[in-house]
Amino acid sequence: MSTTSSITPCRKPLSGTSFIGLENSIVNELVRVLFVSSTSTIRNTLVQPIHGTTFVAIVISDVSYISPAQLNIERVYEQNRLIAQKKDASGALESAPVPAAATQGKPRLLLMGQRRSGKSSISSVVFHKMPPNETLFLESTARVQKDSMHSFMDFQVWDFPGQVDFLDPTFDLDAIFGEIGALIWVIDAQDDYLEAINRLNSTILNLQPTYPNINIEVFIHKVDGLSDDYKLDIQRDIMQRIQDELSDHGVENAPINFHLTSIYNHSIFEAFSKVIQKLIPHLPTLEALLNDLCRSCRFEKAYLFDVLSKIYIATDSSPVDMPSYEICSDYIDVIVDVAEIYGWPRSDEYIESLEGEPWNKKLEDQVACLDAESAIVLTDMKRPIMLREVNKYLALVAIMREGSFEKMPLVTMNVETVADGLTKVFEITKQRNMVS
Amino acid sequence: MENLSLQDDIPANEPRKQRKKKVLLMGKSGSGKSSMRSIIFSNYVAKDTRRLGATIDVDLSHVKFLGNLTLNLWDCGGQDAFMENYLSQQRQHVFSNVGVLIYVFDIESRDFDRDLLTYRSIIGALSQFSSTASVYILIHKMDLVVPTKREDIYNDRVDQVQAKSDAFEITPFATSIWDQSLYKAWAEIIHDLVPNLDQIEKHLGSLGKIISAEEILLFERSSFLVVSSWTSTIGGMNPTTDRFERLSNIVKTFKQSTSRYTGTPKSAEQFCHFELKMKNFSLFIVKFTTNTYLLVALPPGETRFNSALENVKIARKEFEDLDSPAKKGADRGATCTAANEA
Repeated sequence: MSTTSSITPCRKPLSGTSFIGLENSIVNELVRVLFVSSTSTIRNTLVQPIHGTTFVAIVISDVSYISPAQLNIERVYEQNRLIAQKKDASGALESAPVPAAATQGKPRLLLMGQRRSGKSSISSVVFHKMPPNETLFLESTARVQKDSMHSFMDFQVWDFPGQVDFLDPTFDLDAIFGEIGALIWVIDAQDDYLEAINRLNSTILNLQPTYPNINIEVFIHKVDGLSDDYKLDIQRDIMQRIQDELSDHGVENAPINFHLTSIYNHSIFEAFSKVIQKLIPHLPTLEALLNDLCRSCRFEKAYLFDVLSKIYIATDSSPVDMPSYEICSDYIDVIVDVAEIYGWPRSDEYIESLEGEPWNKKLEDQVACLDAESAIVLTDMKRPIMLREVNKYLALVAIMREGSFEKMPLVTMNVETVADGLTKVFEITKQRNMVS
Repeated sequence: MENLSLQDDIPANEPRKQRKKKVLLMGKSGSGKSSMRSIIFSNYVAKDTRRLGATIDVDLSHVKFLGNLTLNLWDCGGQDAFMENYLSQQRQHVFSNVGVLIYVFDIESRDFDRDLLTYRSIIGALSQFSSTASVYILIHKMDLVVPTKREDIYNDRVDQVQAKSDAFEITPFATSIWDQSLYKAWAEIIHDLVPNLDQIEKHLGSLGKIISAEEILLFERSSFLVVSSWTSTIGGMNPTTDRFERLSNIVKTFKQSTSRYTGTPKSAEQFCHFELKMKNFSLFIVKFTTNTYLLVALPPGETRFNSALENVKIARKEFEDLDSPAKKGADRGATCTAANEA
């Protein structure tokens, strides 16, 4: 399948440290895909090229093209640079251990909160696929647990012990908060949360002057078993208390978000999805691609999933509803499990025999697509769900309108184009990360 | 599922009696008989079984299976008082015309010797009234044992049970409702109960060869147990030996989520077509006949996939009558192969 759309990465050479700001040129990728409308149903004969036009714009002065996430990352870079400069100027290399080269440039998620609020459980369930009921047996965390996640985007998860006070001057704040992507503060909703709020407030107040751009995400945790009304009451109460306290100290509009979570349902994944999405610089491009796809294929909802953690990193602009997220995420499980059962390596002779008579073709040429493709048709209103692997870490899952399974070949083609586009978007970021 | 009192249910000279062989589910109280029954036949998930109460007397259910096959399942409450009743007053009523006895042992039982004693008397009664019955032993709740010790304890128990089984040839299984081992045991039990299995297997084989499949599995619709299977020589090299049970487990778990999503009851059929195309294999599960689903694993390739799908559609007609009790054509084999080749 050939597509004419090509996105070329545009980069300016790295300038010196004196040039503060947007030395990473911002690439605004606009992949416009004109979808082929054809009534032909046999997929392999649809060789008509897809006309795609690509606009690559270099925007340096016009900030209006920068997504909030992008801006945020730029700010963090800038902030780090300023701190580094300050250090250089003073010439004092203090005791601060310079973060190892490997950790540099990776966004970092910090999990903090009172002890026994569920931080380690969250990280085990979300990033290590631990069944929720087994988290009962987790030991309390004694020291900072650093986990590196290798996925579509490398990031780190730092799990902090609840009993340690990080505002103690013996801790090197810079090493902890320097490259932070988001600070996740976990509050146990079934416990007395006043103490937790106090600590959160003092943390925010302490960090605000030095690191004004930290995203603070408050997880109001363990809300399973609470009634909906009660949940909202708690959320309102917590929000109110934090905002009051902060504005008393002159901090207005701190970037704080609230999520109601529980590890026993999908809400924790949903909350993490929203946190991670803020760290993705090219989110608007991804969303635009998915929107296009939804429109042209008449999808109800499309998600781009991180297969390992089942966090969705992008979705189209229609509102997210939990049931559709749940079904898509469970569907990924099915695919992964089935693929594990039948994906064993076949012997060479067998593959040779498959490539011989009557096919006389390489196996790669016999298949339409080298990545996994799947679809399931639910009996209820004949609603199909489709899945397409984008790369090693990402999968596109979409819920289709009823009765659209007959048009599957067309849909597959469109999805293929989008998958191509997505891969390219990620290639660009990879290169950019390496440069920066 | 009705809890009938036994006296009402004695089939007085019922003509179909011959076909309706009993499946007795027995074991000590609290060993997990009703839990496993609910998981296999009533679409419960493992944790739902916590709300099940104790079975009083005999819980009699007719499980519809593959259309014309009705499992006459007798879930016998395991408390001592009931047990004594079965062995004395209702002895003939319970133990006559038994096709299969499934006896469940609780691995955690503190008094295994006593369990064995009860088992011994059950076997005695069984040999008196239905000496041809097949006996399955499920050593249950294996998840409660440390993984390293499981095999030893299991073997030890099986040996002891075997010693008390008289002339009966027992088939033992280690099971747990928390993993797929339960499906393995039940799939095998059901496999023995399906009457025209040889024919089904033969047909599946010829279908498989024609579409050059690696593996074909026939699932029962509601329990999603593997009723019959055919595996090519290549498919047999698959290192995952417990794949049937795992597939049952995977699909059933997914059916739970789809039922939540669509709002339809769990027992309703949830999907009619599933396909997966990967680099090194392709696979589809389709609704096959009224009561079955068919899973076909194929080598990769678009053409192969599509033609296999078409062929399965054609073959569907020929398998249909294996299902429906109405027509039982004798010339099934001949027409089946003809249609496949067409």
